[in-house]
Amino acid sequence: MNLVVLMRMVPDVVEELEIAPDGKSLDRDLLRMIPSESDDHALEEALLLKERYGGRVTVLALSAPEVADLLYTAAAKGADRLIELRGVQTGLGVRAAALACADAMTSLAGVLPADLILTGAQAIEDLDGLAAPLLADRLGWPYLGVVTKVNELADRTVTVVKEFPGGFRGEFQMTLPAVLGIQAAERPPRYVPVAKVRAAMKAAKIEVGQAPEPIAAPLAGIDLVELCKPEAAGRAEMLEGAPEEVAGKLCELLAAHGLL
Amino acid sequence: MAGSVWVVAEQWQGRLTDITFEALALGREVADGLGVPLEALLLGFQCSSLAGELGCADKVLYAEHPGLKDPVPELHAQALTVLARERRPGNIIVPLTNTTMGVGTLLAKRLAAPGVNFTVDLRVSHGALEARCLLYGGKIQALVRPQGEPAVFGLWPGARSADAGRSVRTAAVEQVAVTLPEDSRVQLKRYIEPEAGEVDLTRQEVLVAVGRGIQSKDNLELAEELAAALGGAVCGSRPVVDQGWLPLARQIGKSGLTVKPKLYLAAGISGAPEHVEGMKDSALIVAVNTDPHAPIFNIAHYGVVADALELLPALTEAVRARKG
Amino acid sequence: MSDPAGGVLFGLPARGVLWLVALAAITVFLRRVIGCARLLARARPEARWDRIPARLKRFAWEVLLQRKLLEEPVIGAAHLLIFWAFVFYAASFFWNLARGLLPFLPIPYADQAPWMAVALEVFGLLGLIALAAAAIRRYLFPPPRLEQTLDAGLILVLIAVVLLSSLVGAGAAGLTHGERGGWHWIADLAATALGSTGLERSQAARLNIAMWWVHMITVLGFLAYIPYSKHLHLLASPFGVLFGSLKPPMPAASEGADRLEEFTWRQLFSGLACAECGRCDRACPALNSGFPLSPKMLMHQVKELVRASLTTAADARGLLGERVKPEQIWACMTCLACIQRCPVSNEHIPVLVELRRRLMAQGALEARLQEALTNLARYGNSFGQSARNRPKWTQPLEFRIKDARKEPVSWLWFTGDYASYDPRLQPVTRAAARLFQRAGLDFGILYEAEQNSGNDARRAGEEGLFEALMEKNLAAFAKARFERIVTGDPHSLHALKHEYRWPNGPVAVLHYSELLCQLIRAGKLPLAKRLSGAVTYHDPCYLGRYNGIYAAPREVLRALGLRLIEMPRHGSRSYCCGAGGGRIWMEDVPGIRERPAESRVREAAATGAGLLAVSCPKDLIMFQDALKTTGLEAKLVVKDISQLVEEAMIP
Repeated sequence: MNLVVLMRMVPDVVEELEIAPDGKSLDRDLLRMIPSESDDHALEEALLLKERYGGRVTVLALSAPEVADLLYTAAAKGADRLIELRGVQTGLGVRAAALACADAMTSLAGVLPADLILTGAQAIEDLDGLAAPLLADRLGWPYLGVVTKVNELADRTVTVVKEFPGGFRGEFQMTLPAVLGIQAAERPPRYVPVAKVRAAMKAAKIEVGQAPEPIAAPLAGIDLVELCKPEAAGRAEMLEGAPEEVAGKLCELLAAHGLL
Repeated sequence: MAGSVWVVAEQWQGRLTDITFEALALGREVADGLGVPLEALLLGFQCSSLAGELGCADKVLYAEHPGLKDPVPELHAQALTVLARERRPGNIIVPLTNTTMGVGTLLAKRLAAPGVNFTVDLRVSHGALEARCLLYGGKIQALVRPQGEPAVFGLWPGARSADAGRSVRTAAVEQVAVTLPEDSRVQLKRYIEPEAGEVDLTRQEVLVAVGRGIQSKDNLELAEELAAALGGAVCGSRPVVDQGWLPLARQIGKSGLTVKPKLYLAAGISGAPEHVEGMKDSALIVAVNTDPHAPIFNIAHYGVVADALELLPALTEAVRARKG
Repeated sequence: MSDPAGGVLFGLPARGVLWLVALAAITVFLRRVIGCARLLARARPEARWDRIPARLKRFAWEVLLQRKLLEEPVIGAAHLLIFWAFVFYAASFFWNLARGLLPFLPIPYADQAPWMAVALEVFGLLGLIALAAAAIRRYLFPPPRLEQTLDAGLILVLIAVVLLSSLVGAGAAGLTHGERGGWHWIADLAATALGSTGLERSQAARLNIAMWWVHMITVLGFLAYIPYSKHLHLLASPFGVLFGSLKPPMPAASEGADRLEEFTWRQLFSGLACAECGRCDRACPALNSGFPLSPKMLMHQVKELVRASLTTAADARGLLGERVKPEQIWACMTCLACIQRCPVSNEHIPVLVELRRRLMAQGALEARLQEALTNLARYGNSFGQSARNRPKWTQPLEFRIKDARKEPVSWLWFTGDYASYDPRLQPVTRAAARLFQRAGLDFGILYEAEQNSGNDARRAGEEGLFEALMEKNLAAFAKARFERIVTGDPHSLHALKHEYRWPNGPVAVLHYSELLCQLIRAGKLPLAKRLSGAVTYHDPCYLGRYNGIYAAPREVLRALGLRLIEMPRHGSRSYCCGAGGGRIWMEDVPGIRERPAESRVREAAATGAGLLAVSCPKDLIMFQDALKTTGLEAKLVVKDISQLVEEAMIP
């Protein structure tokens, strides 16, 4: 089994996000970049599949500050091949990047043929589309998103579970090769101790791949007018005071609404 | 000549979902603003009766094909692509939910049109559409304008009220033909129903919802005590369910339940759009979070910047004292 | 006096029999001892031969004077007597054996040397009395967690036989050759007692010889038996103490251990030296709360691992799995009570840390712990908040605290995660800041550059994370200019003081209670009033047991005018609040009877003091939570000593 995982770094929303003076990007100074959460789940799912079915996991990560840490951590978790993809513009919007990735996967030696490409179902910066369906369309492969489980990986098909509203799920069968947009892995991404990551830094090698000329510019066809903090179109009325005071005020409120 | 505004209808278990009507309400506004017709796209198999509910639109285009019976994104996207190439709409609004994830993106790519994701509002500006999109877990908003037509918008739930998109009128229905590949590479085998929980959260009048901010499974009992004091039930956001602190049946949001209780008390929930989607229509929303910038405060009616672990017991006591 | 080893024994040459039995016993003995030694040689090395004078001093106090055992006075006194009796009798045994086997040696038998005979008689009698006391304690008033085994009973019997046979023999000799008088009053008493049974002189002579043989055979049998039983501790424990850790033990960096060869010889040795006395169990807050962890059983499993490896050629199994379960391994709070109480210097915590490291390497840790560690690695604090939020606690202050990164300071204040981020503790941190300001202290903080000290990450088994945090902190310290460090967090104190690899030699690190003490003594904190009332004080594990700082906080409290009432478990007997060892980041285990913090607040409330003073941030929140769950909020108030000092400053 040949599994490819596409991962990206995105800004960490735990940090305060400030908008740069030009009003069209985030203030990069204050940003901390972390792996996109659902990409982490995609990697975990790929590793679980490797444990179950054998094979190799190749992690392809878009170049970014500290992407080496992402890749070495992936190696420490069990990934076999690490590729840092340069020449792909990251940041707001994913369409140009995803299409360039698809082309890079085709041109880089040994990445394809693969059985499955896994990546996160969505990311917080995806202003102009989702990575998984774009990859699938460019490669001409079938796609399914919001996947939370792979039930079976056979020679020619894969059976996956996708989430629907209200707690419903659907079991789908897809022909291989396929692209999966992973919402959540079957179990939370595994922990790998710092010592193992450091050991991977010495033992593992990151290949650098250069993406071919992009076919589209980032956010092509879209004018970004501005970024701003959401105005609370209805900002909550804030209650202040010590817990007991606030509790009292809330009781008054609830009583006024006939809830007590 | 600007093209019409299309709204793609979404079905789930044989019924049209709320977001369809929200999208129609929005579509109506912008279509009127642009001075173009509003057309609803109904894709499916033997569901023409649903067309009668889409009266908010001027016209319903009904595409029937066995391949459209199941929610396979690439087939729906292909059908829309074919139709859009024939009919050249100006702006296409596609719901952005678990069911339709990927449809908007594929459609935009196949039409070589700009695709705008995470749209929470649209308005007409200088004869074109301007979209407001929610990014970074709800913390940052982007204002964008697609260059030219057609443009595809992935619409987040909650842009308008669903009622505004329901109409007693009936629109003209035109059945259109689409061809789709014979063998689909993606096939739905079966649905898996959620395990029945003992409590039907959608019927509860009071919900105490917990998020990561309660820090540990042990602290759930603080929420349970408050819920008991208020005569309600406990539910949670996705992270809490993923951790195993609450069963899936108690999850509120995109992949869980949508609820509209009289009181929704969100404790330690940040307010990411995926959760908000499931509770935004609650009558009274009170949010407690230690982060004053948590997006939940943008949709709550009342907010408290405090540690839920301190406020919940204080509130429980106050409620009990009040009730006597 | 005839040679008891001469002549004939049951028709066989007596000396020949002695040789045979002695050789057999010694062979059996050596086989096991050498086997153990070989096994230990296969284990990982650990250097414990440094600071010999300090080690000898420890040996004198804890082996020769049995100091730790005297903490429980009755059994302590008894064991001291039994120990010295044993020493003398062992010496006399070898003496007698040598003389018996090699009759040409120009030495008398032991009991024929007058001073030795007296010692044997005196220790024989005292030993018997001590044995009786020990037996009464073991069978009539056993303390909890004392293992009732056949082994334990057997040794009491064996030692009694050894002592009795010697005394009876001495009495028989007295009867045969006449009373010796003077110092030999015990032997003479025995002689009289024997005489009153109507024993004839000739019979007495034979009894003397018979007793000699009973004595020698019993001891030879015991010699052979020792290394196969828990009484290996007789041989091992003196070495255990000699090669014990001179400071709270923490294993050197490793990938963890599970199988025998992966532990160090010293870690395995703990199993061999364990006498299964149960003192560690009695002190353990995890066990006493209802967690499945028993430090004594852990030592037992280590011993079993060694034993299994001796008897089967290759032991593929390790401790993990059937012998020790993950829920036991994660239950430890690293409070050091077990090690502090252990009379043979066993090192339970290092074994647990090695096991934790192995589980960590396997990724087998609970989700909450995983999240805390991930947050530590990413944000430098376990709360998952931005590093930029760390100095926010300073905002309400009316003055600006110096940034030690930008200007030189005398005192660099390392606040720690909880004091900075937890909203319940921020007011306490501000109170300390105001005190330092009032005292005119030249102090500063590292603002966003401060990271978690890494102490608890290390105890949780994440050695690499500790290294990473230490590196980041050392880099921040390197940029700052300061003379000394002060911290309010005992966990950070311990890491900074003892475990950080300071590039330019150790740095002075004080706990803020020590600093407050100094400031009050120097008159820099003029107390406007004296606080009235009683207070009780909880010694934090990492301040007390780990660092020996007991007096300074008490001096501060007394200086404030408070009347200090000690809890029964105070000082080095302090009972952990339950947060250490990373447990504050873990879920409770179902079936907990009473959380450690709950037990502690009950104990504090029972003193009647009404006020519990703490000097560790985690203690404050653990006890405040415990007050709620035990319903003691009306009876007890928990305050940090800095809050109390500030109260005394307000006129």
